[in-house]
Amino acid sequence: MELAHILNYDFVQRAFLAGMLIAAVSSILGVFLVLRRFSLIGDGLAHITFGSVAVVMLIGVSPLYITLAALPLVMVSSLAILKLTQSKRIQGDAAIGIVSSIGIAAGIVLVSLSNGYNVDLFSYLFGNILTVTQEELLLAFIVFLIVAATVIIFYDDFLAVTFDEELAKTMGVKTGRINTVLFLLTAVSAVLAMKVAGIMLVSAMLILPPLIALQLSLSFRMTIIASVIFSLLSVIFGILLAFLLNLPAGGTIVLLNIGFLLFVFVAKKILPAQR
Amino acid sequence: MSDVIRVDDLTFCYNGTTVLSDISLSIQSGDYLGIAGSNGSGKSTLIKNILGILQPSKGTVHLFGQPLSSFQQWQKIGYLPQRINALNYHFPCTVAEIVQMGIAKRNAAELQKTLRLMGIEHLSQKLIGELSYGEQQRMMLARALIRKPELLIFDEPTTALDPETRDVFYSITNDLNRDGTTVVLITHDTGIIGKYARHLLYLDKKVIFAGTFEDFCASPDMTGFFGSDSQHLICHQHDKMEIKL
Repeated sequence: MELAHILNYDFVQRAFLAGMLIAAVSSILGVFLVLRRFSLIGDGLAHITFGSVAVVMLIGVSPLYITLAALPLVMVSSLAILKLTQSKRIQGDAAIGIVSSIGIAAGIVLVSLSNGYNVDLFSYLFGNILTVTQEELLLAFIVFLIVAATVIIFYDDFLAVTFDEELAKTMGVKTGRINTVLFLLTAVSAVLAMKVAGIMLVSAMLILPPLIALQLSLSFRMTIIASVIFSLLSVIFGILLAFLLNLPAGGTIVLLNIGFLLFVFVAKKILPAQR
Repeated sequence: MSDVIRVDDLTFCYNGTTVLSDISLSIQSGDYLGIAGSNGSGKSTLIKNILGILQPSKGTVHLFGQPLSSFQQWQKIGYLPQRINALNYHFPCTVAEIVQMGIAKRNAAELQKTLRLMGIEHLSQKLIGELSYGEQQRMMLARALIRKPELLIFDEPTTALDPETRDVFYSITNDLNRDGTTVVLITHDTGIIGKYARHLLYLDKKVIFAGTFEDFCASPDMTGFFGSDSQHLICHQHDKMEIKL
């Protein structure tokens, strides 16, 4: 099929637009998460999303609105992870593990209570960007605007909390609020990324682009921009390759990200330092 | 003179262990207070309670006359934490980005002036990971100084600095104090406290001594606490220090 012909389809245009918006959101938030050693939160929230999707499926929500219906539960769970990570008795990664296990376990039990494993659930597990609805595209656009505005307006606060949370407190930064906003936005981003990459690969959308950008040894601002660029490139070319070679888009996008990471890593080893 | 810091009956417990017990103190505007004590005596914990990083189990803290819970004028405070060694070596930030972090109105000339003061103006576009330990410390000092705060709190500020930069740092701090900036300095180096600070707070989970350095040295109670040899060593360490101002 010709590329120009493919791009005429509404659902393909929606896939590209939603994919790019979600890629931008995930890669911006990912920089803060990776640097704060919260890389695995994407995994935890994806597993919670699985449980939440199972809940809304059990209730009988229309497939068109499953993503939107799963949002509140995932957002509440993200705050639970935040609360647990702040606990003196539980390590951050263990906290994510606890919530993650609850999501998967609840999901498996609830799915078995409804219709067993079905096609719908598998489309969430492995992603299907071609099924992005108009409402989900609108949500992705709104979330993109919120994330971009939040990071621009509170750039210094996010930078300070990411650099050193204790120091940020002595600068008057409301670290609790910044953490809450970061976790809530990550929850929304994880739910949206589920449509692109699938529950199994949500964390890759959050982690890989920032990791590639971090290899480039740039300033903080440029690291965020580079992360967004790599994420957009992988989504655009990932979807194109998926169409042309009849591959699953989610897996192709993530493998492209891995390819970029390896390329940058090897190039950095081979090329002499420029600084 | 008004109280810049006032602490009343502060107790801090962690996991059932009392780390600080019934601490009361007040630091007046323009003072230079040295806080000393052995490892684990609660020096850094006290500062973290004062700055709201840790929550006291009991007692109250006032900053510039306001209760800590409602204090908003954080630009009046410059803080250099002890744990610079915990800096993420791979954090993607330039020296300029870190030093100007949190400043609403950025001024390139002011940045260069502060970096020059700390001898790192040539490093403004370098990433943290490209700096030596001492350069990182100077960057953090520049960050604390650039806001021209009314209160400077340093927790073991010169640990990684060479003697020359250390002297420059204390000279700058001394000048700022002469111009009215209140300074709180935590250090093991009682020689430094004797040389620069007007008041000494000696901690061992509670206040062992609070007063002037001269009173500390003349106090029979302190002789009883430390032994005459140790007290003599603490009190006369700075006599041997070469003054490079």
